[in-house]
Amino acid sequence: MNEIAQVLDRIGILTPEEREHWKMAWLSTVDHKRIGILYLVTGLVFFVVGGIEALLIRLQLAVPNNTFVAPDTYNMLFTMHGTTMIFLVAMPVLFGLANYIVPLQIGARDMAFPRLNAYSFWLVPFGGILLHFSFLAGGAPAVGWFAYAPLSETPYSSQLGVDYWALSLLVLGIGSVGTSINFIVTVLSSRAPHMTLRRLPLFTWMIFVNSFLVILALPVLNAGLVMLLIDRLLDTHFFLMPGGSAIMWQHIFWAFGHPEVYIVAIPAFGILSEIIPVFSRKPIFGYEFVAGSTVAIAFLSLGVWAHHMFTTGLGHAIDLFFIASSMLIAIPTGVKVLNWSATMIGGRIRFTTPMLFCIAALVQFLLAGLTGVSHAAAPLDWQTKNSYYLVAHFHFVFVGLIVFAILGALHYWFPKMSGRMLSERLGKWTFWLMVIGFNMTFLIQHFLGLAGMPRRVYTYPDLPGWGWMNMFSTVGAFIMGVASLLFVWNLIVSLLRGRKAADNPWDAWTLEWATTSPPPHENFRSLPPIHSRRPLWDVANPDRPDPVVGTKGEIDRVAPEKNRAGVIAFIISEIGFFGILILAYLYYNATPQSGPNARGLDLVRTGFFSLCLFASSFTIWRSEKGLHLGKHGRMIGWLIATIVLGGIFIAGQGLEYWHLFESGVSVNSNLFATTFFTLTGFHGLHVCVGLIALLIALGLALAGDFRKGRAPALPAIGLYWHFVDVVWVIVLSVVYILPHLR
Amino acid sequence: MIAWQFLLAASPESGVIKVLNPQSPQARAIYDLGVTSSVIFACIFVIVGGMILFAVMRYRWREGEPDPRQVAGNRTVELVWTIIPCLIVIALFFLSSRTMGVADPPPPPEPDIIVTGHQWWWEARYPKSGVVTANEIHIPAGQPISVRLETADVLHEFWVPQLGRKMTTVPGHPNHIWIQSDEPATYLGVCSEFCGTQHAWMHFLIVAEPPDQFQAWEKTQLMPASAPPNDSAARGLALFQQMSCMNCHAINGTAANAGVGPDLTHLASRRRLGAGIVENTPANLRRWLADPQQVKPGVKMPDFKFTDPQVNELVDYFETLK
Repeated sequence: MNEIAQVLDRIGILTPEEREHWKMAWLSTVDHKRIGILYLVTGLVFFVVGGIEALLIRLQLAVPNNTFVAPDTYNMLFTMHGTTMIFLVAMPVLFGLANYIVPLQIGARDMAFPRLNAYSFWLVPFGGILLHFSFLAGGAPAVGWFAYAPLSETPYSSQLGVDYWALSLLVLGIGSVGTSINFIVTVLSSRAPHMTLRRLPLFTWMIFVNSFLVILALPVLNAGLVMLLIDRLLDTHFFLMPGGSAIMWQHIFWAFGHPEVYIVAIPAFGILSEIIPVFSRKPIFGYEFVAGSTVAIAFLSLGVWAHHMFTTGLGHAIDLFFIASSMLIAIPTGVKVLNWSATMIGGRIRFTTPMLFCIAALVQFLLAGLTGVSHAAAPLDWQTKNSYYLVAHFHFVFVGLIVFAILGALHYWFPKMSGRMLSERLGKWTFWLMVIGFNMTFLIQHFLGLAGMPRRVYTYPDLPGWGWMNMFSTVGAFIMGVASLLFVWNLIVSLLRGRKAADNPWDAWTLEWATTSPPPHENFRSLPPIHSRRPLWDVANPDRPDPVVGTKGEIDRVAPEKNRAGVIAFIISEIGFFGILILAYLYYNATPQSGPNARGLDLVRTGFFSLCLFASSFTIWRSEKGLHLGKHGRMIGWLIATIVLGGIFIAGQGLEYWHLFESGVSVNSNLFATTFFTLTGFHGLHVCVGLIALLIALGLALAGDFRKGRAPALPAIGLYWHFVDVVWVIVLSVVYILPHLR
Repeated sequence: MIAWQFLLAASPESGVIKVLNPQSPQARAIYDLGVTSSVIFACIFVIVGGMILFAVMRYRWREGEPDPRQVAGNRTVELVWTIIPCLIVIALFFLSSRTMGVADPPPPPEPDIIVTGHQWWWEARYPKSGVVTANEIHIPAGQPISVRLETADVLHEFWVPQLGRKMTTVPGHPNHIWIQSDEPATYLGVCSEFCGTQHAWMHFLIVAEPPDQFQAWEKTQLMPASAPPNDSAARGLALFQQMSCMNCHAINGTAANAGVGPDLTHLASRRRLGAGIVENTPANLRRWLADPQQVKPGVKMPDFKFTDPQVNELVDYFETLK
């Protein structure tokens, strides 16, 4: 086995000291660079899986009336292809790149929470295995990557595939939120001195903005998945007739799903904003506008989801709102495209492989954006929706923009990560095969869609034009397959025998190029002075440095405390989750239910237990005060009081549940019971988590840890505890008090 | 997008590009919007793409050249290229909202046809006359037809590209569209929302006929099935009633009146079987009855393991259901 260790050492992914325990060196790593590479390798593995699925799909569609795969197999293939490519390829690869690059670009030694980082990563392979385990448990999900109810409900999909799908997406969603909280706190708290927010490299800036989008959007999906699982496992009717609403699932899914498109697109924007200037030998044109338009896109993307639902009959008024919001998003996107183009004008463009991929991404995305506007115009969407025109459009976004940008990024940063250059010759072959294959595969699909071919059909009749267009598309897909193999070959060969990379092989300007390739543990021996957005430009061109950016005040601003910032980010992420559960409660109880209802609840008793919970917010505040003043005993006393009060609340909730069960009310009695138990149950779960955290804090305090000054955890837990109380204020008003006011 | 224009010129009447071959005022309104916006998009693509091409051609790096002038932006330019897209978007918004009114007018109180999506076939009921049929929807040409869309199970989507918009069928939430065919013709419609195993074969035909022919069709469709003309057909009917066929299917004029599967009263008058998967010929019907799962894997109709003589008798009977 020592030979493996030697090979690993030779290709630079082990240090000599680690040779003895080389297996653990990577499994137990908390180094952001290694975690980044683990993300990338995991993404690459699933890219192969999803790619094979894509090729099988294209084989089946190559000729009309084909019987190469069975209908259900085909349906599993496209479901798994979509889910895999989005959740197990695009997101992990982009998170991996960000993991590697963001701390370097801001001159940090690591991410803010290295262990959370490792945890978030390991959820990806775990979630991926969970998803693929469904193949062994009766069949993969066959409901499409957005699993529209009621097809995804037990009566129409009785096998376990959908359950595995939902569970794995929950796992992956938690990981994504974890890593995004980490990015936010890292960018806020771990920047090198003088690296102000206005001097951030655009890639880091976009990852920062994007992380907010992740923590706002992913929990919405998590709430929907939880409701779907409750429907499937506990026999309830969130999305199922009678009573439930199939449209509700679509609202929830796309309230996540459209931001999700931007969650994978914004990092790609960041990559383009990084690479195009370097190889045009000019700074980005309009930094503020590129950065600002990202914020605009992130905001707008939260309000455009129903353009996925123009054909569900929401009514023209709602359609018009979403036409307007969806078209608006084209403006900041267009601004970006124009700024990238303007960056190249007047430059000295070097056509390296990374630059070629970025130029191609730019052109492909221009087309994708324009066909995107045709989906925002509802009447056009009424024709093109769910046809191959749509398939073509979103593959232009996902492959034309995102995959091309990722390939550009991998060619660009590979020397930094491995210390070796990729072969330019193989890179250019990869590029041309990829671009030709991609356009053969997907350009033609616009016309297939206009010819009336719907998506997700396992076969089609031999109508005029359909056969040859599909065959053409399939040939293109295989050319892309060859290009992918060539890329993997390039990675392997270059890792083993590639030319050694210099510290800054591209003459780039951001901080990741100011350290060795690959960087040492903890990244930097010393940092160059940072006065502008391009520190290394200033070093290389002392005669014409960039203008200094920012004021003294910005430079001296104190970074927020990590734990506090982390908990605040976590609380923001809970808005989406509880928001959906509360909205669902209000929606399903808008009309009175037969059977148990909110008027049957004991307001007085719950009021008493609620007072205990509210009082505990006061006691934890006193406890923090005690800590602050150094009064150890007082702090412990108030901490115990908090735990007791929280415990009373949970006991009270248990009592209420017990009485309801006794009187025959269970989660599937009616939609009131379903929403009531779901909402109060998840709140109760949060209280329990808070209690566990408080007990740990108490244990640490009793052990004397806090006296040694290691106490930043308590204010963070306190913040979380207040948040749990605030949620209960809303739940109490909505569930217990509101029905008495009507 | 750009080639949309090109293909339009290349094949206006060939019928390949169905969306671009509108046959109703509704579809034409959408088509016109498509043409207008394509022209706009093509202009944008040419201008911005041209800008990129210009940069790529003109500003190549040559060995030994120093870095160029470091231009970091220009506020006026940014303002201009923010405002111009705003104007385009505003124009497109108003064009879209105007088209919506033409392509999708509000429904009348009573629809002409109620179409119900089933896994994996379409049921069509004509509430004004009482006709019930499946997968083949006849309409009178030259007049707007109001269609209410419902579902018996999951989401489906009703789409006839030449005749107008598509629309999802949603449980508990009936939707509505208008379709119209200016001239008598036959159109292929599909289910465009994924609905399970056999989503691919959930086709239907819209048969637009001159109004008098349509009325004649309605009249025949309302007639109950006549008695079997010969022994073999009579045995077929008996078999139909003994086996569990009646639990799912209806034949007007017999005791069978279930609505789970397609109404078979005029099965032989329909052009295709299994929601479009094969032509409706005696041979194909025989294959279907011998084992429907062979013809359309996953279809809800089970394999009854009929013997060959039984299949022949059933086919003899069904062929009389004109």
